[in-house]
Amino acid sequence: MELILLLGSPLLGAVLLALSGHGKRGPEINALFSLLTFLAACALTARVISFGPLLLGREQFLVDSFNVFLVTLTALVGLTTSLFSRPYMRIEADRGKLSVGRLRLYHSMYQLFTATMLLALTTNNLGLLWVAMEAATLSTVLLVTLYRTPASLEAGWKYFILCGVGIAQALFGTMLLYFAAERVLGAAGVTALLWTHLDAVKGQLEPTVLSLAFVFLLVGYGTKVGLAPLHNWLPDAHAEGPTPISAVLSGLLLNVAIYAIVRCKVLVEGSLRSALPSQMLMGFGLLSMVLAAFFLWRQKDVKRLFAYSSIEHMGIITFAFGMGGPVANFAALLHMTVHSLTKSAIFFAVGHACQKSGSQLIENIRGLVTVSPTIGWGLMLGSLAILGMPPFGVFASEFLILTTAMKQQPWATPLLLLALGVAFAAIFSKVQPMVFGETSVKRLPHSPALLPVFVHLAIVLVLGLYVPAYLAGWYHDAARLIGGP
Amino acid sequence: MNPLPLDMQLLNACAALLLLLSFSMLAQRRTVNLVHLLALQGALLVVATLIVAWRTGEAHLYLSALLTLALKVFGLPFLLHRLIRRMNVYWDTEPVINPSATMLIGLLVVVFSFGLAQPISALASTATRSTLGIAIAVILLSFLAMITRRKAMSQVVAFLSMENGLFFGAMSATYGMPMVVELGVALDVLVAMLVLGVFFFQIREQFDSLDLCHLETLKERE
Repeated sequence: MELILLLGSPLLGAVLLALSGHGKRGPEINALFSLLTFLAACALTARVISFGPLLLGREQFLVDSFNVFLVTLTALVGLTTSLFSRPYMRIEADRGKLSVGRLRLYHSMYQLFTATMLLALTTNNLGLLWVAMEAATLSTVLLVTLYRTPASLEAGWKYFILCGVGIAQALFGTMLLYFAAERVLGAAGVTALLWTHLDAVKGQLEPTVLSLAFVFLLVGYGTKVGLAPLHNWLPDAHAEGPTPISAVLSGLLLNVAIYAIVRCKVLVEGSLRSALPSQMLMGFGLLSMVLAAFFLWRQKDVKRLFAYSSIEHMGIITFAFGMGGPVANFAALLHMTVHSLTKSAIFFAVGHACQKSGSQLIENIRGLVTVSPTIGWGLMLGSLAILGMPPFGVFASEFLILTTAMKQQPWATPLLLLALGVAFAAIFSKVQPMVFGETSVKRLPHSPALLPVFVHLAIVLVLGLYVPAYLAGWYHDAARLIGGP
Repeated sequence: MNPLPLDMQLLNACAALLLLLSFSMLAQRRTVNLVHLLALQGALLVVATLIVAWRTGEAHLYLSALLTLALKVFGLPFLLHRLIRRMNVYWDTEPVINPSATMLIGLLVVVFSFGLAQPISALASTATRSTLGIAIAVILLSFLAMITRRKAMSQVVAFLSMENGLFFGAMSATYGMPMVVELGVALDVLVAMLVLGVFFFQIREQFDSLDLCHLETLKERE
């Protein structure tokens, strides 16, 4: 029931907004449907808390400790982003950047995007997972090109082609997985792509096929995660699309893609009994971290800056999942949570800052704190949080990852420290003059929505100091499920 | 050695023709012909699916063949034709690498694909396993075509041909994916094409051409 509501309300919202999203109340209807989705997610979570993991709809849907918090997180960030986009998109429309029709497209696709992500998270069928990931790409392509500027068209095209090709590799990987599963589960066909069934027989799956499948799956979904060297689409799509979309791309879509990889990794590792999947994850993770950290220095556009920071954090998470084991997995899950909250909060603040100064270039945004202290402090605190300063949650997860790395993979520690250090220096030195210093910014016609920023940061702060028992329980369960060498 | 049964021989012929088509796509520069080749590739896929369906008696393969027929032989080529006519993009420019070099690289790609398919084919129990190498070759050749082409239209055709290769691979390894997944994939491909149509108009409205060289300004600025 909760599940039907969870998937149904954004779908219904998409249809309804496609028909009437151009009205004056479009943004409010959008927020309303996001609220409904969030309530459904809460109900689902409550049910998982009291009854444990659920297998629904003829085993087609699975909600366990690994995805339940991601579902809630997705619904929460979906809701806060819709609240943020209310004044943001109004201002953009007032400034003539968008027509009414495009606003309708935006709202409808926003709901559709939420629906596809929730489907990808809750499905138990690896084939449907693929379908939902592809649908998530398709629903955001037209959002990236919403402004129809040459740069946004280019970003959209790159996004479409790179992720399309990437996801085609993932389809081939899924096919190989199905091929291996069919030999064990028989030609029943229907059950051979269900994750729970595969998980039960993972020890008998053919290792050669599965290792090949994993390469394709990792490259395929890795393109969506933005792992280097397949990250090219990510900064462009983040910088050229509207800011609410940057927030959900960074905060949610990347998480969903990592989720897909980890689900596959569990199966492959169970079959292979070797460290190959882990090593591949660690390699890609480290490469993304280091590369992104150095690219951070060269950024002049603030949204590109934080897009590269997302690549870096995705690298950290991938690396942690690669190390495996209870502590590293726990830290990676925590990091997924706090990164998505912090990064979307930063994008909210950045969005309004860009509107105030009329430019995305860092050098044009100066002295936010004098004109609007809330935006300035929001951006500053968000940046400090994302850079891993205590007492925010990112510190806790990064600390755990670092200490585990020292124990399990000592060779990687210097690289991790280097990347974190370089990223710190790069981001802090760029954000500091944006927040303080001589001012150059103006007032906005609609009062900005800053509540989401501080709500997110507050949650991140709380998670840094204290993780609620049931959440910690999920993390532990999921960490055990994911396992590792 | 026993000669193969007739249906298998036909299937192998289809596979060989698919590979040949992939090579002609690599060389073809007229976009209209590219679309024709794509439709032909779809038609071969339908024939191959029907043969396998008849041989194995798997009912869902008939449905899958019907879907392929509707979508890949008629639907998408029709859509692409209209786009080509309305946007007047009949020719691709000179490819990035010259055609004969591309062909040679293509040959290497085929050898590589057969090497890649070897361990999988050895495990497969399907009668169609020998064609798996060709399926991988079609996928990788389409990939090569995407890299070497400059026009948006040719890249899209290559992309669709890659999708065809994936379907062929799924069929030769496992007699197709479960129906839910196949339907989902078909839906995604269809939506992708619609999005693309919209996208093309946006690109043209903005640049007055579909040449992707206009889309090369977003690089890391020094």
